[in-house]
Amino acid sequence: MSNDGHMVAEHTEQAKIKLDHVVIRFAGDSGDGMQLTGSQFSDTSAMLGNDIATFPNYPAEIRAPEGSVYGVSGFQVHIGEVEISTPGDDVDVLIAMNPAALKTNFSAVPKGKTIIVDIDEFTSKNLTRAGYDQNPLDDGSLDSYVIIKAPITQLSRETIKDMGLDNTSMNRTRNMFALGMVFWMFSRPLDYTIKFLEKKFGNKPNIFEANVKVLKAGYHYAETLELLPSAFTVLPAKMTEGTYRIIMGNTATAWGFLAAAENSKKQLFLGSYPITPASDILHELSAHQHFGVVTFQAEDEIAGVCSALGAAFTGDLAITTTSGPGLALKSEAIGLAVMTELPIIIVDVQRGGPSTGLPTKTEQADLLQAMYGRNGECPVIVVAPSTPANCFDFAYEASRLAMEHMTPVILLSDGYIANGSAPWRIRSIKDMQPINPAPSPEPEAAADWMPYLRDPETLARQWALPGMAGFEHRIGGLEKEDFTGHISYDPENHEHMVKRRAEKVKRVENHIPEQQIDGAQSGDLLVVGWGGTYGSLITAVKSLHEEGRSIGLAHFNYLNPLPRNTREIFTRFKKIVICELNMGQFATLLRSEFPEFQYLQYNKVQGLPFTVLELNEHFSGLLG
Amino acid sequence: MSELPNYTFKDFASDQEVRWCPGCGDYVILRAMQKALPMMGRRREDFVFVSGIGCSSRFPYYMNTYGFHGIHGRAPAIATGVKLANPKLSVWVITGDGDGLAIGGNHMIHAIRRNIDLNIILFNNKIYGLTKGQFSPTSDIGQKTKSSPYGNTQRPFNFGELAIGSAGQFYARVPDNNPNDMADIFVAAEKHHGTSVVEVLQNCVIFNDGAFDSMVDKSVREDMLLYLKQGEKMIFGKEKNKGIRFNARQLEAVTIGENGITEDDILVHDATDPNPSMHFMLTQLQYPLPVGVIRSVDSSTFEELVDTQVSASVQKSKFKSVDDLLFSGETYQV
Ligand code: SF4
Repeated sequence: MSNDGHMVAEHTEQAKIKLDHVVIRFAGDSGDGMQLTGSQFSDTSAMLGNDIATFPNYPAEIRAPEGSVYGVSGFQVHIGEVEISTPGDDVDVLIAMNPAALKTNFSAVPKGKTIIVDIDEFTSKNLTRAGYDQNPLDDGSLDSYVIIKAPITQLSRETIKDMGLDNTSMNRTRNMFALGMVFWMFSRPLDYTIKFLEKKFGNKPNIFEANVKVLKAGYHYAETLELLPSAFTVLPAKMTEGTYRIIMGNTATAWGFLAAAENSKKQLFLGSYPITPASDILHELSAHQHFGVVTFQAEDEIAGVCSALGAAFTGDLAITTTSGPGLALKSEAIGLAVMTELPIIIVDVQRGGPSTGLPTKTEQADLLQAMYGRNGECPVIVVAPSTPANCFDFAYEASRLAMEHMTPVILLSDGYIANGSAPWRIRSIKDMQPINPAPSPEPEAAADWMPYLRDPETLARQWALPGMAGFEHRIGGLEKEDFTGHISYDPENHEHMVKRRAEKVKRVENHIPEQQIDGAQSGDLLVVGWGGTYGSLITAVKSLHEEGRSIGLAHFNYLNPLPRNTREIFTRFKKIVICELNMGQFATLLRSEFPEFQYLQYNKVQGLPFTVLELNEHFSGLLG
Repeated sequence: MSELPNYTFKDFASDQEVRWCPGCGDYVILRAMQKALPMMGRRREDFVFVSGIGCSSRFPYYMNTYGFHGIHGRAPAIATGVKLANPKLSVWVITGDGDGLAIGGNHMIHAIRRNIDLNIILFNNKIYGLTKGQFSPTSDIGQKTKSSPYGNTQRPFNFGELAIGSAGQFYARVPDNNPNDMADIFVAAEKHHGTSVVEVLQNCVIFNDGAFDSMVDKSVREDMLLYLKQGEKMIFGKEKNKGIRFNARQLEAVTIGENGITEDDILVHDATDPNPSMHFMLTQLQYPLPVGVIRSVDSSTFEELVDTQVSASVQKSKFKSVDDLLFSGETYQV
């Protein structure tokens, strides 16, 4: 396999080129429907059995001026017959619906690859808006690319000119023409998209028909056009047998909580305030009110977490969702949850920071905030999903740990996996690890019951709910005497309670799995990562390992407490490199936890994921 | 469910030593609450007291009910979670002028706006007590405090105006030297369906002693306070010869029998009028100072709307288990 992980296989008798994987990016104005186009392509590919990974890239401005570079919206799809872990670094086929889309996406396309443009959009007005002095299609700057100049706008309009549609509706079908072309290039059938359009425009038969006509026109245009050098085909990936669906990270997170609520027989409560890129979890859970979920859109972030805490006191599986700035606002209430020893889950879908930072871009820079961003000695459990699909598993796991150990849990997702999608093999929730929330006391225990009576193994206190006769008790933010729960300013008791709360979190290590290593189990180089960077890291490590290099990947999902075999794993390698989309926060944690090891760092803080290429180069350098 | 026990106030007193300053108005409020709860016909385990931070917010520790001593200003938000999680509970918010109107002002107005069935008791002493004597959002202009040694320059909130301006449907005001009236108002607040807001004019003996004396002291209160009673004329004064009439677009205190004024000119109090205009004017009246239930209008509550909607969705749902969701829609086989 070459460095960019791309390989052209053989010619078939249909003169189609078989690829083991290919990266396609749809780019256009935010009003051009690129997200829809891209997801139609990826969903169709998944149905054919390809593995896929997608990443939408949309502007922070909701309605940026048309044709401007900051109004460009993109959707990248990576499909393959091999296992796909990232949306891909280098673009094999770029569809640029206007000059601004070409300008902003051009650098992701290596020489020799294909760019499809809508030439109708390359007017002098649009070129100026995009900041081009001259037309890049004429000045020779694209000579080393395969450029397909298709009159997409004109042909779309021509196809439906007799249908009596207004101008805007006619122009809105352009994306279907482009999609039709790409469907033909990659031998995809149209029926999935036709079915989708039927649903979407069910009550507007005219619009439905126009879209289908243009989709087919694009398909046939590509078929008959000599400009297209060849057609490609991507064969199905070798994936585990089963029932699959395509799922986005935020949706998977929401569904994981639904599953946890059902398996723990708890009502699910979400207290939340809208914030990018976490709001989709609020939307998704609000749409599933039919499971008995109560979603409360609060007046602010603090009310979001405080309402969750009130619901937890009353016995719900209570969560709050946010992104970095919101986590900062919730700090004091998380401290109150630690003090009152109540289970809540705080989801932080990380974005670029500090402050408002880069709201629509990804970063991993909230780890230390999650670990330490509160007053006092205030430990919480921290877990992080690592793929769009396992957002489901870790939302479920966060719920299990919170309720079994009666302590808050922070779930660190990020913009990259939250908005990315991937195939997900569905399992029945009946096969998941059971959740046994801390018990409520039995009625006969009322006489000598105390609010801080603890489970001797987990140290979790019991969950006595308002409405239960005989267990009336008071909790709060003031330090409490252990067991009785009375307010206590006693110095010895305070230290004892600080240690108890720390010990309670530490003992969670006995209830989580050991850390696994992918690739070499010992040897020259251990790559360490956590959270949303898994896709890029595993792709890079796997390719080097397959080349026979002594390299392994320890990718952490449990960040506090760390898996109990962490130290032992680190002893097995000569070098350890910690890769993060921040300045080295996990490295800082590991240095203080296990100071006996030398840690190298590889960091990137650009609001972008790692590329496999840059990782490969860096690891190759370290391997010597 | 067994029969309702015959509670007395003692059943609602916790074993914790009360730590307010001797002579603090809070004692009266605590006593009035412990007296009021047995009159509500509810089980002890169904009461939840939620508070923020401040002298007032110690209150839940002294009540033998469920209690949550929260963080500064956030009691309405915590209480909202409690009520949404179990709408059957009787949920109380205990707060003060600093806790409820400064740091927690946002939660206060939004709780009231939604009309969630919480009973919010705001102890207004026009000062910060626990932090030792700074001016609060209800301190008067010119009031000298630790943080305003030359006189307060911030205009105050009138909590009644704020509550009604936040679409409040129940607002009552009560001085802290009349435990019987206060207990009755707590009972009325509990019975009211929706957010009930009770402002207690509470004396802080340490930092703002006598703040309300000119109006509420036993020696003057008959003449200075207007005790509002539903359906009764707004008559006040030791001699019961003074009243409120509506004149020149405002409320005016008049003496019956003087200048041709008869009892017929005196307004009748209707707390249940959905139009808040009169209630709003009453909250602004300085002399006499209206006390009692100023506004009490029944309308649907937040938790009812939520509950009705969620129950209807559950009823209609084609999904009985999350499994049905996971395997629904666009799935495919490999
Ligand atoms: S400081 Fe004032 S309000 Fe606080 S307990 Fe003492 S008297 Fe009461």
